[in-house]
Formats: sequence, C-alpha cells, structure tokens
Amino acid sequence: MSEQYTLRVNGADRPVQDAWVGESLLYVLRERLGLLAAKGACEQGECGSCSVLVDGEVVCSCLVLAASAVGQEITTVEGLAEPGAPTDVQQAYVDAGAVQCGFCTPGLIMATHALLERTAAPSELEIREALSGNVCRCTGYGRIIEAVQQVAARRGEAGR
Amino acid sequence: MSVVVADSLEQALDALAAAPHATVLAGGTDVMVELNLGHRRTDAVVAVARVPELCSWTYDARRATVRLGAAVRYAEIHADPLAAWLPALAQAGRTVGSPQIRAAATVGGNLATSSPAGDGITVLAALDATVHLVSSAGRRDVPVGQFTVGPKRNVLAPGELIEAITVPVARGWQGFSKVGVRNAMVIATANACLAVDEPAGSVALALGSVGPVILRCPEAEAIAAAQCDVAARRASPATVAAFAEAAMAAARPIDDHRSTAAYRRHAVRVMAGRLLRRAMPHE
Repeated sequence: MSEQYTLRVNGADRPVQDAWVGESLLYVLRERLGLLAAKGACEQGECGSCSVLVDGEVVCSCLVLAASAVGQEITTVEGLAEPGAPTDVQQAYVDAGAVQCGFCTPGLIMATHALLERTAAPSELEIREALSGNVCRCTGYGRIIEAVQQVAARRGEAGR
Repeated sequence: MSVVVADSLEQALDALAAAPHATVLAGGTDVMVELNLGHRRTDAVVAVARVPELCSWTYDARRATVRLGAAVRYAEIHADPLAAWLPALAQAGRTVGSPQIRAAATVGGNLATSSPAGDGITVLAALDATVHLVSSAGRRDVPVGQFTVGPKRNVLAPGELIEAITVPVARGWQGFSKVGVRNAMVIATANACLAVDEPAGSVALALGSVGPVILRCPEAEAIAAAQCDVAARRASPATVAAFAEAAMAAARPIDDHRSTAAYRRHAVRVMAGRLLRRAMPHE
C-alpha cells in the first residue's frame, strides 16, 4: 500500500509520496528527500550515525517510523547552518581535529548540539555519557571530547 | 491511511479494534529494528507514543505507588522525580541503550517486547509491578510475573494494549546490576535487580537474560529474609555467599551468541552477592 504524508524537516514542509508504510525516517530523509547528512550504518540504533532531532530530542532516525513523525519538527545537520557557515559545534570539530573519515560526524554534531542545549558546561563524564550512543571507529573520541569542551568554553566566554 | 498516529487512547483502541493484528508502535526502538532488518512485515501500524493518557504518570501517596503510562520514556524515568521513587528502574533506565534510545524507548514497549534480556522488566519483576491492559472490550490487570510467558511472548491479545504499569515506591534499598560487553548501548549478558522491603523485612531478587523469561529467586529471597537483619542492614559473609549460590541455582541460562550458560551462572552469583552486600553493608 502506498503512503502519502508530509514531514516538517528543517523548517519546511516536505511531501512524501508512494512510500511503504514501514519506512524509517532515515530512509525517507536520504532516499526520498535527498538529505544525505544522516548516515545509515547499523539500522538498529547501535551506532548513532543517523541521529537527528525530533521535536528537539536527539533520536536515531533509523528507529523512527517516518509516517509516525507527521507533525513533528525534524532537524538534520542540513538544517543547522548554511553551507560555508558552520555552527560553532561544527567549527570546533574541525578545529579540534575531531573529524577523520567523517561518517559518524553528522550524528555526533546533532548529539553535541542537543547536549549543549541542555547542559551548557558538561563534565567529561557527562560528555561521554551524552555521546555514548555515537560510535566513532577512527578518532578514539579524545578529540571529539575536546571539541565539545571547546564549544562549551567559547560559549561560556561569549556569555560573560 | 495504514499508519494511525493516535492522539487519544480511544482513537488507538478504535484503530486496533478495526485492525487487531496491526503493529503497535511505541518508541520504535525494537519494532523498527525488525522492520529495517526485514524480520517483520506490516501493512498497518498504530502509533501510540503520542497518546497523552499513555505518556503521563501519577504518584499515589496513600498507596505509595507510581502508575506509569505505557508510553513514558526511559529518559523521563531516569530523571527526578521518578528516579527518586523508583531508583532501581531509574538505574536500569540509565543502562537501556544510549541517550538516543532512551529519548524514544518506553517502559510499556520494553515490557511488550518481552525480551528475556529486557532490563526494565527485571526491575518490574523484582518490584511485583502490576500491568494494566486495555482493549475496546475492557480492562484487565496482570501481575508482571504472569505477563511474559516465553521469549518475546506475552499474554497481550490481538487488539489489546498495555495502558499502564503500577510500581510500588521503594520501601528500602534497591539496585540494578548488569553485565555486558560495554557500558552503553548493550544488551545484557545477565542482569539482576534486588529490592529490599524494610517494613516487611523481605528482599526480592529478579534475574534477566538467564532464562526464557525474567526469573525470581524464591530460595535466595527466603535465605535473605531469614538471615539478614534488614532494619540494621546487616548480613554475614556466609549469608551473602548462600544468597549468591541460591541465586545462581535459580538461573536457567543457555549458550548463545552473547555468552555461555556457565559464564552467565557465574555472573549471576557475583551480581547477587554484590547487590545483597550493597543493600546490607554491615557484617
């Protein structure tokens, strides 16, 4: 049976047509809407590379039934910033050398934004726990944690 | 439309009555894995995660219970105020998946999946929680120990939903313990929950991932009730050892892709002993 519905993605209404009822949000974002930031790897919520925000909460888009997200605000990395004008989190990942192959990076960027919205100055343990659902096989996480700490520090200075 | 995103309990029940074999979708963290991997096909879905009645909880001070709507998410359970009333469930909730999983996964969905390794179910079993079921035909209550009947099997009838779970507020020390290959995002090799009921002078112990369903340990519980000084939080080393042995004897584990039966028995003995010692720190 073919499904027709409209998702609210990065502030825009995006119609989805002729979809199968069981499609994940990850599949619809990538294959139907052409938004390629969220990455598909494990398809079972283990790796976090498909992390997006749904109504402000970071979730694995592979575990969201796309048709059930009607009426919710979905944010992907594409919705965070214009090309060439990275957010402070994206810039810190670059500055800290927290990006190697880059596959996990979009998910980590979403999880980092979500963390710093809730907790402006997280401890290292809080950072590690908040990012524990995002698997990176290149960096060993040290520079990722540095990047998060850099953002928190810069925002703290800017807020003074 | 073959996906109904219910915004009231009535709407969800009507949709299920019209399509009793529809896939009930709560947080999606189990159902979507099956769909993504092709282990489940579906042509009708009733999404219940946004049903307000299922997303709310109530605290009953007189009965000293919390009634958790089935779609209350683990992210909410492992924060106060629920964490203060239900410390073992909060502890287990903190180990259920990653932040991404806990933002979506619900306590009712955890129970409905009825995995022998469900971390939350082990706690609910130790606390003798009550499961409230609802369908368009009416309501019924089932003790959590009778809800699951085998691996991924339970007493839910077609057209029936978990509406809520009533859990007694902690009446003494309680804790959750889990063995797995890493701290985050891991399915338990074995897990355990111990809950002390100080007024009753009793200790409950439940084990997960070591049998077809979550197991209680009546012999270990009898040893603790007879030999521990619950009020003084005192247990002799011999009592702790006997308790741990009895817990190990209650386990019925198998060899599978996650571990071996022998290791799981060992893990149960260690976790049961540690939990009792944490509950009874004085020798």
